[in-house]
Parts: sequence; structure tokens; C-alpha cells
Amino acid sequence: QVAAALKKGHVTPTELCQRCLALIKSTQFLNAYITVAEETALKQAEESEKRYKSGQPLGVLDGIPVAVKDNFNTAGIETTCASNMLKGYISPYNATVVQKLLDQGAVLLGKTNLDEFAMGSGSTDGVFGPVRNPWSYSRQYKEKSVRKPHSDSEESNWVITGGSSGGSAAAVSSFTCFAALGSDTGGSTRNPAAHCGVVGLKPTYGLISRHGLIPLVNSMDVPGILTRCVDDAAVVLGSLAGHDPKDSTTIQDNFKPFELPNLPDVSKLSIGIPKEYHAPGLSSEILALWSKAADLFKDAGAKVIEVSLPHTRYSIVCYHVLCTAEVASNMARFDGLEYGHRSDMNKSTESMYAATRREGFNDVVRGRILSGNYFLLKQNYENYFIKAQKVRRLIANDFLKVFGSGVDILLTPTTLSDAVPYMEFIKEDNRTRSAQDDILTQAANMAGLPAINVPTALSERGLPVGLQFIGRSFQEKQLLTVAKWFEKQVKFPMIQLEEVKRHNHDVFQHEKSASFS
Amino acid sequence: QTVTVEVLDHLEHLALVDFRDAEGVERLQKAIRFADQLREVNTDGVEPMDSVLEDRCLYLREDDVTEGNCTNELLKNAREKVEEYFVAPPGNIPLPKLEERDTFLQGS
Repeated sequence: QVAAALKKGHVTPTELCQRCLALIKSTQFLNAYITVAEETALKQAEESEKRYKSGQPLGVLDGIPVAVKDNFNTAGIETTCASNMLKGYISPYNATVVQKLLDQGAVLLGKTNLDEFAMGSGSTDGVFGPVRNPWSYSRQYKEKSVRKPHSDSEESNWVITGGSSGGSAAAVSSFTCFAALGSDTGGSTRNPAAHCGVVGLKPTYGLISRHGLIPLVNSMDVPGILTRCVDDAAVVLGSLAGHDPKDSTTIQDNFKPFELPNLPDVSKLSIGIPKEYHAPGLSSEILALWSKAADLFKDAGAKVIEVSLPHTRYSIVCYHVLCTAEVASNMARFDGLEYGHRSDMNKSTESMYAATRREGFNDVVRGRILSGNYFLLKQNYENYFIKAQKVRRLIANDFLKVFGSGVDILLTPTTLSDAVPYMEFIKEDNRTRSAQDDILTQAANMAGLPAINVPTALSERGLPVGLQFIGRSFQEKQLLTVAKWFEKQVKFPMIQLEEVKRHNHDVFQHEKSASFS
Repeated sequence: QTVTVEVLDHLEHLALVDFRDAEGVERLQKAIRFADQLREVNTDGVEPMDSVLEDRCLYLREDDVTEGNCTNELLKNAREKVEEYFVAPPGNIPLPKLEERDTFLQGS
């Protein structure tokens, strides 16, 4: 809708950019952004305006403000991965996906906050502090929260965004941008999408280039897309997907951007409900929503059947081993020599590296590196690393079998519960939390399949809950079509941000439904 | 079984990262116990999977230079440099042994 408005001249790219920048300033308490690239964004907006004036916009994304997770390289803009190791690091190049967005005329507002090096499920463990879920400040949440006398309820009650792409999810959810890039290795895009009530798409591994995305697990990472509606996600996907000679893990097949049908039809589909996703700890609310969703599809004529993915519960253990192993390898590049933090210790290369890494990495990162190295020791290699790789195949085969038996799409919950308050979340350590929170999203990364979170309803506490659809490899069109149909059925409510609304009445005037396609 | 100090020391050498405190060591112990759950799975006859794209051919391009000459850009991010060189402290000096290192593990 905003793209149409830009075309018709109802609003100009610079106005749009300025409003978003102002909104970012007034929502600073969310801590969603690490770096705001005000000058370059305004310049990009000006260029876009010139193009619109001469009637030659580059495409739907021209002039659209976007945000990018701070583990993507952005030329000339600091890229920190929320770590001391990269504080002050100014990327010399743009990640391919960033370049693609810019080539389409998108306006890059800034870099969003995350868990340090994308390790975590809360966006709470970065050096710039935790990200606050915008829904903490919504009328819907406030109305439902128990009023404690004498307590500074807002300050202590705020809930997490989920992670690790929490900043991106919060940015999209609070209207400061129209789309954001995240990354998804174990659920890092879908988890915060569910908690923040936005659409979170994890594309098939190999569809979108990882060149420029600072890697966590090379065999599972994918750039993720966060938007306020499924159509927007399809548009962004269309501009990002495709072979990249700079990323040898992208497939060479020709990718054709697609538009989703206006009236999707699900009656000829077979929807699978994997029983193992009824995991221990799944809230009864979400279980009920999942069930209702299945009924929605049944009523529409789709075939809804229970299926089994027997190795689901080992997915998180398998991930734990493979992730730490690949992390141990990927983090080895941070030695202080070519970029990033460098310790003053100068006695020898080894002691300099060791000191640099002591100083630069937080507990979570160091912990994973050490665990990874342990699993890769000669005496452990076969029993842990190779074993995990074998289990990975079993997990991938589970999906192949189910999809091979005629099921088109799987329907599962995305998270076990709605967002928890920060004070609750930090009671457990990062690894425990990740193991709990990634349980429903991880297997899709293991098998490389596309998956999407669609905001479904509000919980009893007034917070968003989403459901997940998992599709066949490279069948994003089918996946998004089903997601769009579902989105239309559930009509997820718009967040009502009280304080922000008062200051930015104009913003809300023009962007009622706040989608750009 | 718990991990021995020798192995912990070895890990600190390999990773060039420190455990820092008892919590760090406990973190590893917990991680190992968690990973041990894999033993429950029967993987007889199963091949390890490196990548989900294993059935596809890797893209190869012509061996022609298509970009480069960005020395200045790359050197900008390094803290210590001389002309076109990154400056490193002397190599070939191994990390001090456990007894001589300032590490938490010394006390164990």
C-alpha cells in the first residue's frame, strides 16, 4: 500500500524516511537499533524521490525504509554483531542481500540489535543490551497485565522479543520500517516474529545468498525476512532470491519472483500435523490455537492428517553439537589481526589472539567455541560430530518421507508460549533457553526447508502468538500462498502503541494497515 | 564422567579462548551431558550428512580475476599495519603452559 502511495505521490520517500527516523528516535527505549544510518538513509530517500518524480522508480521496493540485522555487512556502516569483537568495524562491502535491496532503491535506516553473534533466543545477550518487545507497551498487553501496587510496572514487566533477530522483529512490529532482514539458523527469525506478531520467513537453504552474512553455522544459516504481512514477504523474497556466484551454497536454478493469488485456495491441499510438535511445555493456549487452525483448513476442504517426524526431539541435541562445532571453526577468524578488536598484549601471536578473544567474546560465544572444540577432538569426533551428522540425515529423511507421502505443508506451533518477561527469561542461562525455545523451529534448519511464522492471535496476556508452516524445498510459492490464506482467515490485530501514537499521530494516519505491497 | 584438567587445558590451547571461571567449566560439562542424548539414536547404516544440498553440483566459474585491488579498503580495519602488511607479534612462541599461564584452570 505504501508503494502505491509513493507512486501516486501521496507521500514522498523523504517524508517516509523522516517519519521512520523520528519514530526510531521516539522508540529508542525498545533498543531495537544499534546503528541508525540517518545521513545515508536520507540521501537514499532523496535519490528515490528523484526517480519517482521522473516517473521511473526501480520497483516496488524503491523508497521503502528497511532495517538490517547487525550481522550483515553494510559498506561504510558499522557492523558489530552486538559484540565487543567487532565494535568499530566498518564493513568494506555490502552483503549480497543488502546490495540487492539497495539496488532496488530501498532505504536502509540502520542495523538492528541481536544476541551476540546471533547466539541466543531472546535478543538479550548482546553488548548493547536487550531488545524490548514493542508489545510490552501496547494497550493490549497493559490491559491484561496484573496491576501491582507500588511497582514500576512498565519498567519491570516488559517482555522479550525472542531471538536472535529481535531487533529486526521489534523494528518491523513498531512500524519503524516496512521490512527487515534477520538471519535464521535455529529459528532466529521465526521465534522473534512469533513473539512480536510479525511475519517471519525462513527461506530454503540455498535460495538466498549468505555472502556478507557473518556466519554462525554455514550449513544451516539463511537470511530471514521479517514483514508485517505475507505479501510483503513475497515481494522481498522476490528481490533477494537467486544464484550468487559469490556464495557457492546458492543453487543455480533460475528463480522466478512470484505474486501470490488474491484469493488463495487451499481446498486441494494436504496439511500435515506432526504429532511430535506437541512438545512438553507447549502452552494450552497455543495447543488450542493449533487445533483451531487445523479445523480452519478442514472446513475449507483441505485434507488435514496427523503425521510423524520421529526424530524431532533429537533435533535440538543434534543442532547443539553441529552448531558449536561450526561455531568453533567460524569464530577462529577473529584474531585481531585484520579487523575488529585487538588486544594490547604483544608477546606472541598466540597470546595476542588469546587475549583478543578473551576480551572480545562474551560467555555465550566462548562457551560455544569451547564446546565445539571439545566435540571436534579426535577422541570425540566420531561419537559426537559424526554421530550428529548421521542424526541430521535421519531428521531430514523424516521430512522427506512425510512430504513424499502426499503432504504439501506442515502446520506446527512456532513457540512454546507467548513472550516471557525479561526478568523471568534471564533466570536461566542462554543454552538452556535456546534448547527450550528452538525446539519447534530448529528441525526446519536441519533439513534446510522453508518455514514461515504467521501471527495468529493474542494470548490471554495480550501478547502475540504465531503458528508455523513448513514447506517442501524451494516451494516458497506454495508455502506463502497457504500462509497468505491463513493470514486472511485469522485477521491478527494491529498493535496499539499508546505513547508512541500520541507523538506520531500522522504516521498512523497514512499507514493504516502498514503494509507496503 | 567429568572432563579432566588436561583436556580443559588442551581446549583452551586449541580454541585460544578461556573458561574464565567455574561457571565456564560447568557450562561445558552440561553441554556434554546434553549432547550425550545422541547415543539414544540408532544410526546403524546411516551416512553422515554434510549439507542439505549434497545432491547438487557445486558451481564452478572460469578462473578469471573479476575483482580485487581493494588493499586500502581492507587495511582500513586493521589496527596495526605497516605499508601493505598486517603486523603481528612474533609467532612460533607457544601459549605458556598451564602452570605459567594466568588461567582459572590453574587452581583446579
